[in-house]
Amino acid sequence: MTIKVGTTIKSIIAAGAALIMAASVAACGPSAATPSDTASSDSGSSSSANAKARSLDEIKKSGTIKIAVFSDKAPFGYVDQDGKYQGYDVVFAERLAKDLGVKVEYTSVDPAARVDVLTSNKVDLVLANFTVTDERKEKVDFAKPYMKVALGVVSPESAEITDVSQLDGKTLIIAKGTTAETYFEENYPNVTLQKYDQYADAYNALLDGRGDAFSTDNTEVLAWAKANKGFKVGITKLGDEDTIAPAVQKGNKELLDFVNEEIAKLGEENFFHKDYEQTLEPVYGDEVNPDDIVVENGEL
Amino acid sequence: MQGAEILLQPGVFPRLLQGLWVTVWIAGVSVGVSIPVGLVVGWLMTLKNPVVRALMRIYLDFIRIMPQLALLFLAYYGFARWFDWNLDATGACVLVFILWGGAELGDLVRGALQSIPKVQYESSYVLGLSPWQTFSRVILPQAVRRLLPASVNLATRIVKTTSLAVLLGVVEVIKVGQQIIDANRFQYPSGTLWIYGVIFFMYFIVCWPLSIVARQLEKRWSHD
Repeated sequence: MTIKVGTTIKSIIAAGAALIMAASVAACGPSAATPSDTASSDSGSSSSANAKARSLDEIKKSGTIKIAVFSDKAPFGYVDQDGKYQGYDVVFAERLAKDLGVKVEYTSVDPAARVDVLTSNKVDLVLANFTVTDERKEKVDFAKPYMKVALGVVSPESAEITDVSQLDGKTLIIAKGTTAETYFEENYPNVTLQKYDQYADAYNALLDGRGDAFSTDNTEVLAWAKANKGFKVGITKLGDEDTIAPAVQKGNKELLDFVNEEIAKLGEENFFHKDYEQTLEPVYGDEVNPDDIVVENGEL
Repeated sequence: MQGAEILLQPGVFPRLLQGLWVTVWIAGVSVGVSIPVGLVVGWLMTLKNPVVRALMRIYLDFIRIMPQLALLFLAYYGFARWFDWNLDATGACVLVFILWGGAELGDLVRGALQSIPKVQYESSYVLGLSPWQTFSRVILPQAVRRLLPASVNLATRIVKTTSLAVLLGVVEVIKVGQQIIDANRFQYPSGTLWIYGVIFFMYFIVCWPLSIVARQLEKRWSHD
């Protein structure tokens, strides 16, 4: 039983050792030689208050602006064959960085993470097809919009729907939980709705002729109609128009002002129309009026 | 075979391999550091000191009850907001997987140590071995043999759980796969299953050798 006394002391030392080990492991986490190329640059950047956003000066000094984009939502933000970020949002991001005189460090985000990466200061700016809503406005600050989205209706070319009134008494396919569902339920009770959980199922239903048309975000149906012969988006603009805007951490006025000034400045050179031609037109085709999607100068 | 051509696109395989390297790196570092942490934790769990035991109990239960995803979000977003401790995504993953691996492995170590009959300790003391010699020469070698199958299982679980890192924005093999699928969704609409098939195969290639090594060791030790 002589061991017992020894173990008590040992156990205290060991517990301390375990704590130190855990702490040291954690401390080397961010600066460790990670294989991801976004990892190494920011170990010293966290400043005083809790996850406070970086100022414009700090961004300039560090030489990189951290921007969250989609990496798997073509044509807005995606990664091409060479592993480079591309898309409508990315073109804008590159331009912002160029005018700020810094490089971009991209962070890939999922839709649900877009608010959190800002509140926890993982990135300076979110440019990920971020729709402005009242709920989100409470948590982040949106700059002026650079894009807008409404509902679109796609239908077979042989029986094209070009006006909502044509849908009266017909069957419309929609995806559950989308703005299309609420919009048609509230405004057009005479339209029979056929609801699906997945976009893929909804598209298959349209291909099979189980419904007369399909409605969801206009950008989505436009891209789909382009890839599927025999279908056309007869209505490209319907319902309440939502805007899409860059977002910064709540209270980061400096960066917000910079982005707003940029949007105003870029409006003069019709930047977003050029961006549209470069990234969205190849997907949507030339039948779409860019003005249905693009916003210049932050003015609807 | 429709859609299989997507795999022949330039850049698809190199990029998937790059993603796989990120996965293997996170898993490798996590498992590697979990082993010493787990050994220490396991040993602490066998101590009679009630405070240490209670602390270890809380640690293990906390890690076990919380879903790994919740822990990842806490480490990634929570630490930044509460303590201004801004881990990058890879660092947060490694930290969480080490804490998880350490706790689970610790419990395995505890079980293995406690499964060694008391007579083994007593015989060692009778033979004049010191407590440390008893532990390192007699108890540990036996415990490791009992520990091995379950720890290899734990290691493969860690490898597979690294896929959660996607949700923090780490571009590992699954995310690379999704990027490729999306970038090709109009040219190769049915390429999805092929990419996921390759990813499945990659995970298999990573985890399978672990099982082989474990089986070999078990076989060799069974003849000792």
